[in-house]
Amino acid sequence: MSGAQELAPREKKEVTGREEKTVPGRHYMPATDIFETEEALMVIMEIPGVHKNDVNVSLDNNVLSVEGRINLTKYEGMEPVYTEYGVGNYSRSFTVSDRIDRDRITAEVTGGVLTLTLPKMKEAQPRRIPIG
Amino acid sequence: MAMFADPFELLVRLQQALDSSRTSDWLDAGPSAGGSFPAINAFRKGEDYVLIAELPGVDRADLDIQVKGNTIRLAGKKAPNYPEKAGLHRRERPFGRFDRAVTLPIEVDGDKVQANYQDGVLALLLPRAERDKPRRIPLS
Repeated sequence: MSGAQELAPREKKEVTGREEKTVPGRHYMPATDIFETEEALMVIMEIPGVHKNDVNVSLDNNVLSVEGRINLTKYEGMEPVYTEYGVGNYSRSFTVSDRIDRDRITAEVTGGVLTLTLPKMKEAQPRRIPIG
Repeated sequence: MAMFADPFELLVRLQQALDSSRTSDWLDAGPSAGGSFPAINAFRKGEDYVLIAELPGVDRADLDIQVKGNTIRLAGKKAPNYPEKAGLHRRERPFGRFDRAVTLPIEVDGDKVQANYQDGVLALLLPRAERDKPRRIPLS
């Protein structure tokens, strides 16, 4: 992918799920890159406007859910005159396979980007059976 | 401090206000336009304007903001730092160079512009130049 590629803005995808949310306001799906290295599965999500204290990552059964609440203080006292994108909280979930070591999942948020590291299970070490 | 009966009302009202401004033809592509990334929301704060753009994952050193007259230019690049030997499963994040210029209906005071880049959101406070402000004409 060359650096000269023209960036085009994409419409934010809204979350429309079977269940309704109890909290009003629209939720958007953050743009996500997923790639795999030898040791871990990396999930990178773009959640601009969300401070790391407002991110909630949880694992329930096999579902990894991410919720991010945006900070609206900067919008107070201003009147929109022209808008190209919507603003809202973020939410997305993924099913996680059994090959992931749940206890070692880590998350980091900087500059509006959430990086989730899902380490793969260490293969069982071969054991030597002592002869008694 | 905003007083709202419902703490979530602020978000809903903001979303409704943003929706109703979508059909505005204000920032139509002018001669200075160059590409349409990043998406920009423009707000009025009294006499001044505020431009907000979402640019998560951009290095501060890669962000170039220029102001001249009534034109604002946002340029830079968004580059991933993914490891070489990674197997890609999903790719949704946009990467590449961007260079966008927008023309405002006011002249901006270049010395008083404030740019704030936090949590991946770039906010530009663009004060109106004094000489651009309308003058009250007293009746003699």
